[in-house]
Amino acid sequence: MNDMSESDRLPTLPKRSVVSMAGEKLLEFIIRLSGISAIVFVLAIFFFIFREAAPIFFSENFNLVKFLFNAEWYPTSVTNVRYGTLALTVGSISVTLLAMSIAVPFGLGSAVYISEFCSPRLKEALKIIIELLAAIPSVVWGFIGLTVMSRTIISLTGAPVGVNLLNGGLILALMSVPIIVSIAEDALKAVPDSYREAALALGATNWQVVYRVLLPSAKNGLLAAVLLGIGRSVGETMAVLMATGHAVQIPHGLLDSVRTLTANIAAELGEASASSDHYHVLFLTGVLLFILTFAVNLTADFVIRGIRRK
Amino acid sequence: MRIVNTTQVPRSLLHYTLKVAMIGCLIFSGCQSKNEPQEKKTKVVTIQVKGSDTLVNVAQAWAEEYKKIAPSVDVEVSGGGSGVGIAALVKGTIDIATASRNMRPEEVEAAKRNTGKDAKEFTLGYDGLAIYVHKDNPMKEISMDQLAAVFTEDGTFTKWSQLGVTIPNVDDDAIVRVSRQSSSGTYEFFREHVLNKKDFKLGSRDMNGSKEVVELISNTKTAIGYSGMGYATPAVKMLHISPKTGEPAVPPTIENTITQKYPLARSLHLYTLGQSQGAVQQFIDWILSAAGQNILKENGYVPVQSTGN
Repeated sequence: MNDMSESDRLPTLPKRSVVSMAGEKLLEFIIRLSGISAIVFVLAIFFFIFREAAPIFFSENFNLVKFLFNAEWYPTSVTNVRYGTLALTVGSISVTLLAMSIAVPFGLGSAVYISEFCSPRLKEALKIIIELLAAIPSVVWGFIGLTVMSRTIISLTGAPVGVNLLNGGLILALMSVPIIVSIAEDALKAVPDSYREAALALGATNWQVVYRVLLPSAKNGLLAAVLLGIGRSVGETMAVLMATGHAVQIPHGLLDSVRTLTANIAAELGEASASSDHYHVLFLTGVLLFILTFAVNLTADFVIRGIRRK
Repeated sequence: MRIVNTTQVPRSLLHYTLKVAMIGCLIFSGCQSKNEPQEKKTKVVTIQVKGSDTLVNVAQAWAEEYKKIAPSVDVEVSGGGSGVGIAALVKGTIDIATASRNMRPEEVEAAKRNTGKDAKEFTLGYDGLAIYVHKDNPMKEISMDQLAAVFTEDGTFTKWSQLGVTIPNVDDDAIVRVSRQSSSGTYEFFREHVLNKKDFKLGSRDMNGSKEVVELISNTKTAIGYSGMGYATPAVKMLHISPKTGEPAVPPTIENTITQKYPLARSLHLYTLGQSQGAVQQFIDWILSAAGQNILKENGYVPVQSTGN
């Protein structure tokens, strides 16, 4: 307070104590550091994963084309070691696609309902319950998939095994819906009320307001919601490990068991002795996973830019 | 884009009611566990045991029983597979590794290199690896050749009809193969003794534990899989195994495991680093004593003593 009054009296020469000056500099530095840290961490993670994966390129057993396009995954074979991840990649992608085809309509629909149509009291209740849904640990979801969902699928479809692509997709959909809902709801809330009022004044029905005004203006936010949902699905490990049946094969139907890249890393990294080929290959599948999510983000970025240009 | 916050509803009574209810639940569930006595022992020794999923149930039973005898010793048991246990021992992060396979020479070397100590092996019992099918499956016996044809990569058997079996009330008679994750000692034992070191046919359901294998088979009529014979339940059936097609089949019993007449008999091991001392050695001695071996027997495995060792 003293500083303040001094500077009031002498506006041409503001005086501040050394401590306060140093404090501000320090604070500025800390804030700048936290700003940069995200970039540093991402780069460090990428560097570490790639460093652990790199030695495999010099191994005789390894062939990049086979790694990407062969479905035979025999990392611990005695007679013929083969590292083909096609089945795992297809497994990851198929589970994610299935999960998204369920979660996106439900998630966006529920966000529109919560933000536009329901009563304030119901809105509060729904938001709390959806928050609660997002807080359920993935191992609990996996357990539900392994027990409840598996039995239901067997009795409804007559499939021989209940842990399969359908099971994993449903569990992942349930896990990503809360994320999609809360972010999409924020995006819809961010649309200025004047838009709604203008549309209603022009005689639009509720549905027309949502379809013609809200969805186009909240496009970016909604896309971000879907992307985070995809991110959650691709990266999810424990639940898919338990619910998909963990079988290395390219699925031919919804009732086939699959194995995903993430589940494979989780199941095998513990036993792979450090600096063995198997260990390096597992890190390379990590790089593959990284590239997959990066591609999804990049595509979304281009889509958003495309929308903006319009 | 400007964020307009006019739709924000004031925190309603409902909001607080729900939150309070949730916190109430948490506190209530927390209170119940607090009733347990919280005795602080002066010196608690912790023994870390990790490894074979085949042995994890027995090891847990040992840990509980040993707590009664030596309250100052905490035995912490975890599974993950023989490979995981041995890998942890090699890194020196655990005291005892349990394994349903032998430690490989390169693993012994790695342990020596990392910790400067030699791995020491104890044989603690024997196990018959059982071939399980669903209880409604009419099949009674299978030969080693047939098993190989079902599980090997280039094996030709994919349908039950090829084995001459018709399973009642099933539309699709494709064989559902149930296997184990590759860090499992059981997986390696099966690959070595049934598949002759060839690879498994892809597309098998690779379970993360002995119990999960049996559980999946008890839910699936067309399934076949392998697991320790201690995991049998009324919902599954253990097949008799003949060494070759045409030869008499041997049931997986304790006697047949001891005499090695059963083709899939194997020994179960403990590994430590160097000559273990104090609490760890006492624990191992107790496991090999009559009391410890009885627990092994109760869990469906074959104790060491009955072989005269």
